[in-house]
Amino acid sequence: MNSEGVLHRIRRSEAANGLALISPPAIYAVLLLAAPLGLLFVYSFLTDGYLTILWEFTPQNYIDAWTDPLVRTVMLRSLWVAMLVTMVTVALAFPVAYFVSFHVKPSRKSMWLFLITIPFWTSYLIRVFLWKVILGFNGVVNSGLIGLGIIDEPLTFILYNVNSVVITLAHAYAPFAILPIFVALEKIDRSLLEAGQDLGESRMMTFWRVTLPLAMPGVIASVLIVFIPTIGDYVTPQLLGGPEGRMVANLIQLQYLRLDNYPAGSAIAISAMLMVTAISLVFLFLNRRFLRGPK
Amino acid sequence: MTGGRLFKIYAIAYLVFLYAPIMLLPIFAFNDGTIISFPLQGFTTKWFEAMFGNATLHKAVKNSLIIASSSAVLATCLGIFTARAVTRYNFPAKGGIVGLVMLPLVLPEIIVAVSLFGVLLGLGIPLSIWTVILGHVLICTPYTVAILNSAFQSLDRSLEEAAYDLGESRWSTFRLIILPLVAPGIVSSLLISFTISLDEFIIAFFLAGTEPTLPVYIFSQFRFPQAVPVIMALGTLLVLLSIVLLAVAEYFRRRGIAKSGGKDTGGFL
Amino acid sequence: MTTSAPPLSKVSEAERAARKPLIELENIQKYYGDYHALRGITATIRQGEFFSLLGPSGCGKTTLLRTIAGFEDVSSGVLRIDGRSMDGVPANRRPTNMVFQSYAIFPHLTVEQNVGFGLRRDPRSRADKDRAVQEALEMVGLKGYGKRAAHAMSGGQRQRVALARALILKPKVLLLDEPLSALDKKMREQMQVELIKLQRQVGITFILVTHDQEEALVMSDRIAVMFEGQIAQLDDPETLYRLPRSRQVADFIGTMNFLPATIATTTVDGFDVEVAGLGNCHIAARQSPGAATGEVSVGFRPETLTLLYEGQTATDRESPGVIEEVVYYGDMTYYDVRLDGVAAPVRLSMRNVFGRPVLDRGTRTRVAWSPGALVLFR
Repeated sequence: MNSEGVLHRIRRSEAANGLALISPPAIYAVLLLAAPLGLLFVYSFLTDGYLTILWEFTPQNYIDAWTDPLVRTVMLRSLWVAMLVTMVTVALAFPVAYFVSFHVKPSRKSMWLFLITIPFWTSYLIRVFLWKVILGFNGVVNSGLIGLGIIDEPLTFILYNVNSVVITLAHAYAPFAILPIFVALEKIDRSLLEAGQDLGESRMMTFWRVTLPLAMPGVIASVLIVFIPTIGDYVTPQLLGGPEGRMVANLIQLQYLRLDNYPAGSAIAISAMLMVTAISLVFLFLNRRFLRGPK
Repeated sequence: MTGGRLFKIYAIAYLVFLYAPIMLLPIFAFNDGTIISFPLQGFTTKWFEAMFGNATLHKAVKNSLIIASSSAVLATCLGIFTARAVTRYNFPAKGGIVGLVMLPLVLPEIIVAVSLFGVLLGLGIPLSIWTVILGHVLICTPYTVAILNSAFQSLDRSLEEAAYDLGESRWSTFRLIILPLVAPGIVSSLLISFTISLDEFIIAFFLAGTEPTLPVYIFSQFRFPQAVPVIMALGTLLVLLSIVLLAVAEYFRRRGIAKSGGKDTGGFL
Repeated sequence: MTTSAPPLSKVSEAERAARKPLIELENIQKYYGDYHALRGITATIRQGEFFSLLGPSGCGKTTLLRTIAGFEDVSSGVLRIDGRSMDGVPANRRPTNMVFQSYAIFPHLTVEQNVGFGLRRDPRSRADKDRAVQEALEMVGLKGYGKRAAHAMSGGQRQRVALARALILKPKVLLLDEPLSALDKKMREQMQVELIKLQRQVGITFILVTHDQEEALVMSDRIAVMFEGQIAQLDDPETLYRLPRSRQVADFIGTMNFLPATIATTTVDGFDVEVAGLGNCHIAARQSPGAATGEVSVGFRPETLTLLYEGQTATDRESPGVIEEVVYYGDMTYYDVRLDGVAAPVRLSMRNVFGRPVLDRGTRTRVAWSPGALVLFR
């Protein structure tokens, strides 16, 4: 075979075509995602020299980040809030997904999904702010309750703390939780449920032994898709958290934009990322175990 | 069936919970009072007038529109490349490359913002609306890939082979057959990425420099209680715009599925 | 074979030999990674021939067709069309057109736009092209359907659109990838006849891929039977049916009974064979397409045996047995008969004639046969 023929074959080969086609997005992602993340990692080991960064490698930023009580509190709080939000969101979302998948006529499913999705796409910032309006000192809840004569003094425990952050985030990510569960439920072959009942199980037990296990991949996906953005959320804790509701994103922003301490900010960011990755992996592992079925 | 009814009541209550905050927007946008609380003070359109007369807001809107449309076009182009490569070819490191492109979907946005911010500052690139576009393309691309993947997937491979067999080149096959058939997917991908970019805050907050986008402007106004009613008016318009964009995107998505004879699996995500 | 359609496209031996070779395949090899899909295909397909590639799924028949079309590169070997090597010639530059299994009708175009799709680069005037499209539609029986949306057409109609779209370019070869598999039985039989007529009308070489042996027998001038990437036998339908070269081919095409046999002596013109249940007989050399010695098997088609009724005698040979199973088909009855001295029953088919009763299970019977109908296998 001559070399021209070989070249021709290579040019026409599937792998070459595929790589050529995907190279623009791949190069983009490498330059603007992989490289910056790499640099973030490098930054996290450098030394802050006030307005400049000294190229002296040190693990000090991580030691600070993991020992400083303030940072540790904020990290743990982020984790706790994200887990709480995830639990609440997924628990509230499951029945809705179940309803749309099992009780809504196929022709109307799209409409329900559309209705559920709309709020997710409408100005996140304003939605968060509206919760401040609702929960605030002079807010809708307080003025409403006072107006109805139920309370005399405005409630203060609902704003500028972890409670308000959880409520707002649970609201913000609700549609995100419904869709993966819905997709998993849709995939379940309905005859499996009939088989479950045919084999003598009650409706409840069929749900417990057939539907729920089969919907598990969707639940896990929901958990991840809520948990990941929640733990890194900036706006909600900033607007509604008050001093005791701050989360890790606020800390990163503070280090970067206020204190100009990039190495410290980077170390916190990388730590947060590791935390997210670790928890995601645990869930993915659980999912795989689940799919393989109980021993 | 009583179980079904219970579920339905719950689902409707859930929808009310989802929509409740948004419902407040028009109420307070037309309320003649600076403080956002009940009872209402009377009807006014002055907040809308104030909004239309605000020069900083105009600037922010203009920036946001430039950013959103550029990001939408660029992200959709990258999405087309990715979706086409994924659905049509097998190549080495396919999973890894696609994983990297889709990574922003499972990365807290603050991380994307901070890492890009670090690189741009390190390279001495001044922050502008263009740096925001770079970031927004990154986070919009995964959504466009998801939408376009399903559009390309429903294409019968033999359609392009048939066109090629009938004498067309690879490029003209793409133009005459593939593009028209995935066009609805492209439109819906453009609209979705436009919406995402228009709404995105944290990346713009880090990368916009002195050129505020609409969300950055809105965020800055939250500090001033007297500015809040204007934000309510603005929010009302934004919600309406989002609904229109989404409805159009949904229309095109469904039309695309109908056109290629596929089955509706529902939803964008 | 329950139906025997008239041999519409059969041409005389002399006429066929006179046709010149159009497609020459020389030792074509195709690998997908480690998988050896085509293992040395050598064949010649002649001008104006209706040629079929027949085999079970995964035998490489579709790969071979796609290789001829130019959708797959050959790993090694030579493919020539009309004397020209096709190495490096892409599908859009080959004088071949294809009818796809899914028909691949462009859903966003009308019927006319589909049929005229390949004429885009044609230098003829718009009016001439329109005329060509109308002629092509008329040829496939879709006159007046031109303005319809393609996705609104039925399966059979789509098939016709696909045919018109390919034939309008007057290719040297029309490739058909299981074109009838998506149609129901009645429609399929109708299209078989139409395809044969169409092929004779346009005189273009047709290469048909099918897994349906009946379809191949009905439609083809010649058939290549493929197993595991190789051509097991290439012959005209009658030879293929009467003298299959191997048990595998015999099994794939129609029904064949096998009985164990031993070659007693090899003579100048054939073999003296001891066949279980049938006894000694002489089998001519031409009835042993694959050379054989020692322990062999003897095959025969169900219709070459006749059940003898009370008082009938065989014109040639006869053997006794018991009817084990009766399968009634209306026009035919299949009998499974266990010949004396043989463990497994053989199947024979009898045309049902008015006044002749269908026999019951368990009946002792005699079976008439002739050594001329036997085929010897290794």
